[in-house]
Amino acid sequence: MSQKIQIVCVSGTREKLQMAAMIASVAAATGDEVTVFFSMNALPYFIKGHVEDAPAEGEFGALLTQKGVPPFKQLFRQAAELGDAKLLPCSMAIDLLNITQDELDPEFGPPTGLTHFLSDAEGGQLLTF
Amino acid sequence: MSESKIIDACNTYCPGPLMELITYMKQAKVGDTLELLSTDNGTANDVPEWINKVGHEMVSSEKVGEVWHLKVRKTK
Repeated sequence: MSQKIQIVCVSGTREKLQMAAMIASVAAATGDEVTVFFSMNALPYFIKGHVEDAPAEGEFGALLTQKGVPPFKQLFRQAAELGDAKLLPCSMAIDLLNITQDELDPEFGPPTGLTHFLSDAEGGQLLTF
Repeated sequence: MSESKIIDACNTYCPGPLMELITYMKQAKVGDTLELLSTDNGTANDVPEWINKVGHEMVSSEKVGEVWHLKVRKTK
């Protein structure tokens, strides 16, 4: 049975973004209804042209880049393309960064406020990274 | 006429091989067989779970040397 999974990404570290992307991609491709809400330090990685890699939090983060692990941005993109996951930027983060939706990667949906996100999240599982 | 395709996802880690399989599964036609090659042991457990959940057919799974050969058929 498909479930509703809401993922909140706030951390900008590689391990947390990777784990969130792994769950989002696999769940979405398995038919779960997935929404990922990006705010704080997690959002800037998805501004078009952003090339800086997310810093590792610990030793495992270094392993992620040495080995052939698919990068988190690719997994989030696959979550959207293969499983119709919604990738939503937090409207407060958009305002603070002084950017628009057009400046984010094309898989991203409209800036979303907390009231809207929370009412959408009702009845689903919420995971925070 | 159903087709058979080999997807080489060796030397990439979870969930890389599974996502490769899913990408090709979306493009395949009903009846097509896909054989995923993977060196990631976790993938050998994950693929049958995914196939079972989504409702396709697991044809075979065997490890030859270091490489898993996971054969699946698209059923819908």
